Amino acid sequence: MITARGLERRFRRKGRTGGEVHAVKGVDLDVEAGELVGFLGPNGAGKTTTLRMLTTLLEPTAGTATVGGCDLLEDPLGVRKRIGYVAQGGGSAPESKVADELELQGRLYRMSKADAIARGAELAEQLDLNGLDQRLTKTLSGGQRRRLDIALGLIHSPGLVFLDEPSTGLDPQSRANLWDHIRRLRAEQGVTVFLTTHYLDEADALSDRLIVIDDGRIVAEGTPDALKARVNGDRVEVGVDPEQATDAAEIAGRLAGAQELSVDGGEVRFRVPRGDVALPELLRALDAKGIAMLSVQVHRPTLDDVFLTLTGRSLREAEEAGRAA
Amino acid sequence: MLRDTWLIFRRDMLAALRNPTWVMIGIMQPLLYLFLFGPLMVRTVQDQGLTETAGWMLLTPALIAQLALFGSSFVGFGLLAEYRSGVVERFRVTPVSRVALLLGKVLANALQAVVQAVLIIVLAALVFPLDAPVGGVLLCLAIVFLLAVSLASCSYALALTLKSEETFPALLNAVLIPLLLLSGILLPITAGRAPDWLYTVSRINPFRHVVDVERNSFGGDFTMDALFTGSVVVLVMAVLSLWWGTRTFQKENA
Repeated sequence: MITARGLERRFRRKGRTGGEVHAVKGVDLDVEAGELVGFLGPNGAGKTTTLRMLTTLLEPTAGTATVGGCDLLEDPLGVRKRIGYVAQGGGSAPESKVADELELQGRLYRMSKADAIARGAELAEQLDLNGLDQRLTKTLSGGQRRRLDIALGLIHSPGLVFLDEPSTGLDPQSRANLWDHIRRLRAEQGVTVFLTTHYLDEADALSDRLIVIDDGRIVAEGTPDALKARVNGDRVEVGVDPEQATDAAEIAGRLAGAQELSVDGGEVRFRVPRGDVALPELLRALDAKGIAMLSVQVHRPTLDDVFLTLTGRSLREAEEAGRAA
Repeated sequence: MLRDTWLIFRRDMLAALRNPTWVMIGIMQPLLYLFLFGPLMVRTVQDQGLTETAGWMLLTPALIAQLALFGSSFVGFGLLAEYRSGVVERFRVTPVSRVALLLGKVLANALQAVVQAVLIIVLAALVFPLDAPVGGVLLCLAIVFLLAVSLASCSYALALTLKSEETFPALLNAVLIPLLLLSGILLPITAGRAPDWLYTVSRINPFRHVVDVERNSFGGDFTMDALFTGSVVVLVMAVLSLWWGTRTFQKENA
């Protein structure tokens, strides 16, 4: 469905200082038909820029891509006909009626009036927008408007749909509901979905496969589980009396496979391949030395650990750095 | 492309019909000029030896030109709002013709300008003495249409280039006020009454010629001399503006 090789995009910076921003630094992508792929990265990593290139909205500075079987540079019109795109901020006009927006969108995709109306009604049904067709879009709730945006992107039954940060700004319930709709889209209609997100839970919950981007480059890809397996085991945090922390750390370091050992006050942290197996042994060894364990936590690897392992910073840190820049 | 243009045109017209307040607010300014400034101006030209009817015949077509000038120049604001709400991008990712995205909007604006012009002419004719032949009024409306097409295209191109709600109106005001004053809309700038330099500067202003041709056609003066320059100017403006607008809309990342 998507094949991209060496996609790059530079922006000229405005103002007298000039200079260039290298937003996307050579991206290779492969997405098969029927996949639900998550494109994960912190804000400012180049997700939206990549997406805008793949959807013909932005011309790449370098590189090639085929989207939906059409060459991005040679046949942008062919690409446009075959894809749906739901932008981050949506795209419904506040003063327009829901039904009018759906009909117009269908007709812009060269559908007949009757087909556009019928398909609009069908999508409204599927996306729980029944009864809203005469409402102005500005009167819809956040979740409803998001579902309308998705309906607009699907009006011409594309085989491939791009969703840019679909759940940003939604309350938890609307988010969960939206996820269900996205899953069903793939399951029932076989639509290939390419979605960007900077939410780890969203990437984890929805995607078959993740592509991780940081600073304009792809840093990893694989299933969420495979990516998590690349992190070296579970993270264990043991709380002890601060005066005994060094001794406790020494004992923990002797556990089979222990690494990334650190001490912070009375908190000893390390990774072991199996936290559940290592704990009893650690408990016995600490006891033998007369060290009392005050607290203990075992964390299974999360995508945040994956991100940390891949880039040396957590997703949250990357976001903050991105904002400061 | 025709079909796409029609779709966009219809969308914008429906939006205008749903909220006709804006069309009404648009003609408020010329109406205020007509009723609050008109009597004063007519008395002034009467002192110079013109009849009362001649005075109103000078003002009415000029106010129509002013309406097109101001009404159509600010339509870019609407585009900026659509840009912010993501509508522009939503359209651009469909196979819709980029030219149609511009043309549909521009035609809707031009039609609204003509409707507003008709309203003003009707109101003026009901209240004040006017003596305009039907053919002249129609030609006058055609010129308003072309003028609105030019200004709306430029407005959209400018808005899409600047993409800023702050600089857009600032720049427009800076351009429009001198254009207005140098066009002789309020008082005709004639060789006899204006200082030479002012007269010369006003001759450079294309709108002056458009206002002249509006007045001449409205008054039923169909001689070559009266219509040629202004008609050519408004046609050239329309072509250049559409070319600029089309180019801007076709650019990537617009």
